[in-house]
Amino acid sequence: MSSTVETRTARTAEPSAKQARKLQPGTLLKIVLLALVALIFISPVIFMIVTSFKSRADATSIPPSWIPNPFSLDAYKELLAPGTNTPILRWFANSMLAAILHSALVVVTASMAAYPLARMNFRGKKIVFAVIVATLLVPPVILVIPNYLLVSELGWLNSLVAIIVPTAASAFGVFFMRQFFISLPDDLEEAARIDGANRFQMFTRIILPLAKPAMATLALLAFLGNWNDFLWPVYVLFTPEVQTLPPGLSTLQSANAVRYDLLMAGAVVASVPVLALFVFLQRFIIEGVSRSGVKG
Amino acid sequence: MTTLKEKEGGAPARKGAPRPSGRSSSGEIRRQAAATPWLFLAPYLVLFVAFVLVPIVFGAWISLHTWDYTRPLKPFVGLENYTELFTPDSRQFSNFWGSMQATGIFTLFSVPLLLVVPLAVALLMAKKFPGRNLFRAIYFAPYVLGVAVIGVMWRYLLDNNIGLVNYYLGLLGLPNDINWTTSTPAAWVALVGVTVWWTLGFNAVIYLAGLQDIPAELYEAARMDGAGPWQQFVNVTIPGLRPVLSFVTLTTLIASVNMFGQSYLLTQGGPGRETRTAIYQIADTGLRNFQMGSAAAMSYVLTVFLMALSLLVFWLFRERKDPR
Repeated sequence: MSSTVETRTARTAEPSAKQARKLQPGTLLKIVLLALVALIFISPVIFMIVTSFKSRADATSIPPSWIPNPFSLDAYKELLAPGTNTPILRWFANSMLAAILHSALVVVTASMAAYPLARMNFRGKKIVFAVIVATLLVPPVILVIPNYLLVSELGWLNSLVAIIVPTAASAFGVFFMRQFFISLPDDLEEAARIDGANRFQMFTRIILPLAKPAMATLALLAFLGNWNDFLWPVYVLFTPEVQTLPPGLSTLQSANAVRYDLLMAGAVVASVPVLALFVFLQRFIIEGVSRSGVKG
Repeated sequence: MTTLKEKEGGAPARKGAPRPSGRSSSGEIRRQAAATPWLFLAPYLVLFVAFVLVPIVFGAWISLHTWDYTRPLKPFVGLENYTELFTPDSRQFSNFWGSMQATGIFTLFSVPLLLVVPLAVALLMAKKFPGRNLFRAIYFAPYVLGVAVIGVMWRYLLDNNIGLVNYYLGLLGLPNDINWTTSTPAAWVALVGVTVWWTLGFNAVIYLAGLQDIPAELYEAARMDGAGPWQQFVNVTIPGLRPVLSFVTLTTLIASVNMFGQSYLLTQGGPGRETRTAIYQIADTGLRNFQMGSAAAMSYVLTVFLMALSLLVFWLFRERKDPR
């Protein structure tokens, strides 16, 4: 383990070797400390990935090893085999479809709603915004029972619609987009108005193109939220074919209590898309999160 | 924060300054605007009314009935579901308050840790140094994994026989047979520890953004006055972070009170019902046993607790004109 620590510190310091020479001992100590903490954050995820490539016996052997021996795809093969009651590919497709549609719905409805709240004057504006923001403080649990009944009434129980639509009324999304629209200069719409554009054209031609980064951030956060949502899908999706990955993993866990090779392979499948999004778009995600806090 | 300031500062200016050309011709625009804003709002408001506002009221209505989803008759019972929760020998009393206690224990330990540890991490990262963005990304990474993934993963790492955690504890000469998921207080350590690991980066990133908003001149001025690092922290950093601190406290508090997945996946609420949280209890009562009236009443009682705590946070972080 200690060797991993050394390589990690070495690697992080390497790209800026020139700076490293100038580093004060205090800074160096800080980096070593942060690297040790980083190890705690990253090693569980690495061990999860490693275990998913182990054989059934190897996954539960003592002492635990950090290299699969033998390297095995059995867990994935078993998970992907047709005819199981844990159809993980189906879960993956369901999760993907739900998260994409949910995210699109959030971005469209929240941007549209935020626009007049940020850039128009009309009666009732303050009240509408206050009510929307106030619901940020309402614990979601209060909605679970009545929404279950509503969804059941609409015939959406045990279908993906149940996890796409009801949670899309995102107060955070409206708040987030409104903050962005407010930050745009006051006279942006003026030129378009002189050209005879109506409000809808001003919105689609001038405001939205400028809002792309904010919309991308909101889309990402909505995607992540939906992909990872747990309680609601666990209770409204009950047959394997319509489940998404989070309730699916829970099913997998209760069906295979100590088949850790299978469980870790399942967890890897559920992690790959979000980790990939994070690696490539982490700036958007982190900035989105930090902005929401600073403005809150 | 900046935007809010701009907006507040901007409002009077807008009134005072003569408005460019728009105003005179804006009679037409205004007439249009009567319906236009609502057209923009309509799609969102449909969802918001149907799945947020109506349910808040409908839930209260449900809580006044014996509402079994599987039965045709849902008799009105007034406040019985509530009085039952406060009657010590009733069906729901011990289960509900047991779960409230579990949520309380979890909140009591997780919130302070999630306020202090991420702040320490953010302070360490406040100044530029090589690799800072990489560290920030690594600390944040667990947060993008869902509770299902981290639950299943840590259930494995915390396995009392073959888990990595017990194995390394053994190597360090510590007890290596701790039942992390089946005995208390170890289960609480596990639930709180996993949650800190999972969400530390989220809070740290928010703190970090807040720290960068504090003007460097303030620190310089404090140094000129002979303030040491600790005094700078108390007199510059903490006041500068106040809005961020209140936001982080509030969101962390709400998240902790709403804890469900960790307990569902790591301990299944055990041993016995000891780590079964209020949310777990409400979901199980309403959506497994279909005693929805009772579950709705529980959710309102929990909400009252949470609102009271939120108000307390607002009060604690209120703007004080004269410190001390």
